[in-house]
Amino acid sequence: MLTRPEELLRSTPEGLYSPAGDFYIDPVSPVERALITHGHADHARSGHQKVMATRQTLDIMGIRYGDDFAGSTQTAELGVVTEINGVKVSFHPAGHVLGSAQIAVEKDGMRIVCSGDYKRAADPTCLGFELVPCDVFITEATFALPVFRHPNARDEIAKLLKSIAQFPERSHLVGAYALGKAQRVIRMMRDAGYDRTIYIHGAMTKLCDYYQSQGIDLGPLSSATVETGTPQDFAGSVVVGPPSAFLDRWARRFPDPVSCFASGWMSIRQRARQQGVELPIILSDHCDWDELTGTIKELAPSQIWVTHGREEALVRWCELNGFAARPLNLVGYEDEGDG
Amino acid sequence: MKEFAALLDRLVLTPQRNGKITLLVDYFRQTPDPDRGLALAAITRDLDIANVKPAMLRGLIAERMDEQLFAYSYDYVGDLAETISLAWAAKEPSRVNAIPTLGDVVASLARASRSDAIRLVEKWLDQLDASARYALLKLVTGGLRIGVSARLAKQALADFGKVDVGEIEELWHGLKPPYQSLFAWLEGKAEKPASIAAAPFRPVMLSTPLEEPDYAKIIAEDYAAEWKWDGIRVQLTAEAGQRRIYSRTGDDISHAFPDIADAMNFEGTLDGELLVARSSTDTIEIGAFGDLQQRLNRKIVTAKQMESHPAFVRLYDLLFDGAEDIRALPFAERREKLERFVTTLDATRFDLSPLVPYETFHDLVELRKNPPHPIIEGLMLKRRDSTYVPGRPKGPWFKWKRDPFIIDAVLVYAQRGHGKRSSFYSDYTFAVWTGPEENPHLVPVGKAYFGFTDEELKQLDAYVRNNTTERFGPVRSVRAEPDHGLVLEIAFEGLNRSKRHKSGVAMRFPRISRLRWDKPPIEADRLETLESLLRNADPVD
Repeated sequence: MLTRPEELLRSTPEGLYSPAGDFYIDPVSPVERALITHGHADHARSGHQKVMATRQTLDIMGIRYGDDFAGSTQTAELGVVTEINGVKVSFHPAGHVLGSAQIAVEKDGMRIVCSGDYKRAADPTCLGFELVPCDVFITEATFALPVFRHPNARDEIAKLLKSIAQFPERSHLVGAYALGKAQRVIRMMRDAGYDRTIYIHGAMTKLCDYYQSQGIDLGPLSSATVETGTPQDFAGSVVVGPPSAFLDRWARRFPDPVSCFASGWMSIRQRARQQGVELPIILSDHCDWDELTGTIKELAPSQIWVTHGREEALVRWCELNGFAARPLNLVGYEDEGDG
Repeated sequence: MKEFAALLDRLVLTPQRNGKITLLVDYFRQTPDPDRGLALAAITRDLDIANVKPAMLRGLIAERMDEQLFAYSYDYVGDLAETISLAWAAKEPSRVNAIPTLGDVVASLARASRSDAIRLVEKWLDQLDASARYALLKLVTGGLRIGVSARLAKQALADFGKVDVGEIEELWHGLKPPYQSLFAWLEGKAEKPASIAAAPFRPVMLSTPLEEPDYAKIIAEDYAAEWKWDGIRVQLTAEAGQRRIYSRTGDDISHAFPDIADAMNFEGTLDGELLVARSSTDTIEIGAFGDLQQRLNRKIVTAKQMESHPAFVRLYDLLFDGAEDIRALPFAERREKLERFVTTLDATRFDLSPLVPYETFHDLVELRKNPPHPIIEGLMLKRRDSTYVPGRPKGPWFKWKRDPFIIDAVLVYAQRGHGKRSSFYSDYTFAVWTGPEENPHLVPVGKAYFGFTDEELKQLDAYVRNNTTERFGPVRSVRAEPDHGLVLEIAFEGLNRSKRHKSGVAMRFPRISRLRWDKPPIEADRLETLESLLRNADPVD
């Protein structure tokens, strides 16, 4: 009989570990058995013996690391309970990126839900977050400060489209993380009526193809990594690539670019300025402050464990609002998805 | 308010001049009166509605959120207005028609007392989104800094109305926010507004550089020569009791030079060079450009500064003689009138820029090489029959600047550029040697980001990437040792003493004139070379 939640799940240097079930969630170094919430590199690493994740997360890991990224894999169907060493495990949509899931673990009537990374805002490229009642909720805290209130995503895409109309002779370079953000930006541009070819950095081709194969229509895409291109080929075009690429020599093929960056961090002006961003697009795949606090209120778990991000502010809010909360010090998460 | 906020958000992050102009023109086109005029005034700093103190804003946010959570937030963001704008949680979602316009905000604040103002701000914070809240807070605390000069705003107006910027400058000082008559004219809906202000600005006449194909034109019968003084070009105008000192772009800088304004007991408009100069009974000692800088960009000037750095104007031209507009007269006739005019002025504040007699072009070559005073930056050549016309026509007036100073310096840091250059290390900090000859070290003396070709930029960028020793954000420290490093030949126009720079000197208009791949760094110049230049230019006292 379990007496404390820590017997079901606790933090270790390798990541969240279940002593009762002998498995890890999103471990940062190779382990015997890993359950993976989503495909971002800081959560999904290669080299584990057994990996359980949603079909899409397994596919994404295969694309990123090659087919031999794990000894063996097991597909988790959403909402289906699987038993591992007497611990009931189930996966539920997290709304973060394609394939992302929260993981619920349960034994002896005690249930802990590990959110992984999640958001509550609508996203046409993945399933929406599902509330899973629980005793302990482990929440991420990437944007856990009251200054992070992500504006309406459609308005942010409208800002980009307005700039494209205002500066038709320049190219717009949109920095966006290769998994999730890039496809969300493209899909939202399509929803807003932009139907021209969008150019993408070579590092994104496979992931964009995969999204398309999963029924997410990204419209006409073309590689921006052509060796024979001249700057004029890209006048007036939109190029989506990983943010790091735009500071590199790769970006020189584009004429007089407007540098854009789609990220939740862009609501802070100084962040945009430091990175030389001309058009910040405040678009995040993580919860903002209101989504975090709203989720906690809705779930009303008896305990909240706060991990990677600004734990202190969210723990403070929990105190003020009568929730028992503590920071869970996990190492190794660098929010690749939005950093 | 929303459109104004969106404009500000983009302007602060847009480095390019043309980009800023496009954003402004589009805003003027899409925004109705009076908002666009008020926005313009906010940008040119002609809108004075700041009456909320930061402490009042802190009080306001303390009523709305936990102190500890605010502290975490402020600590992270670093700017009070921005923190409040982002962290503000509205009591209830506002209705669309309750969102105030910029006009509403300005009009209400103009009527409000200080204690009422903060309650108005509170109400608006509830109604606006984060971006508009930020614009509001910057507006009411007077902290609007967006990197757009009044000159650039006027250029945008000119582009918007497809008129010459000189026409805007000429009108500017007779107009008041929200500039409805100006916008109506620029949109072709009304006649050009009459300039109603006394002592308006008259757009100045500028010169073009003298280049070799034009040397043959310069003969003494056609062109008068005078020295080009290295100060600030100004226009002095006194009319019906109104006295104004304008910069050459039409900014009113009278408040910074009350010593000159007090001495303007004439009627008319003069063109001249603002300098710092001490006059005794029969001599005038002109100070260095660095002395003049002590008087520039100050809101308030103290009696002590006026005593230690007295302002002085050396006159070039007469535009209005009393009430009579003489700009259409030839230069030679205006000059005669100017010479008579000067005799009536306070000799401790004004004198005549003398003509430089010459016979042949060769005389000018020699004069240019050996100017009689360090604050001369070259020669001006003006056609004797030239009328005074605004702008920069080619032919009537030439400037022939002294050759720039040249030093060899060593590249020490490089910073990534913006826009087109964001993938290039394109801003270069350079240094010269100082300390003992046998064990010298480098001290930075300036920064340059132009003067090279696109091809050279690629070579410089590759050099920086291959010779990086340290990185700090967008800046890289570059290998610079006596026998390994890159020597840059730097051209510059002058040198000032500087307390802000470790080297004690600051260059004017430094640019890269050559890449000296061939030169070992140890053969670059020493700080003493620059210091000797400074001594030559020191004020005489």
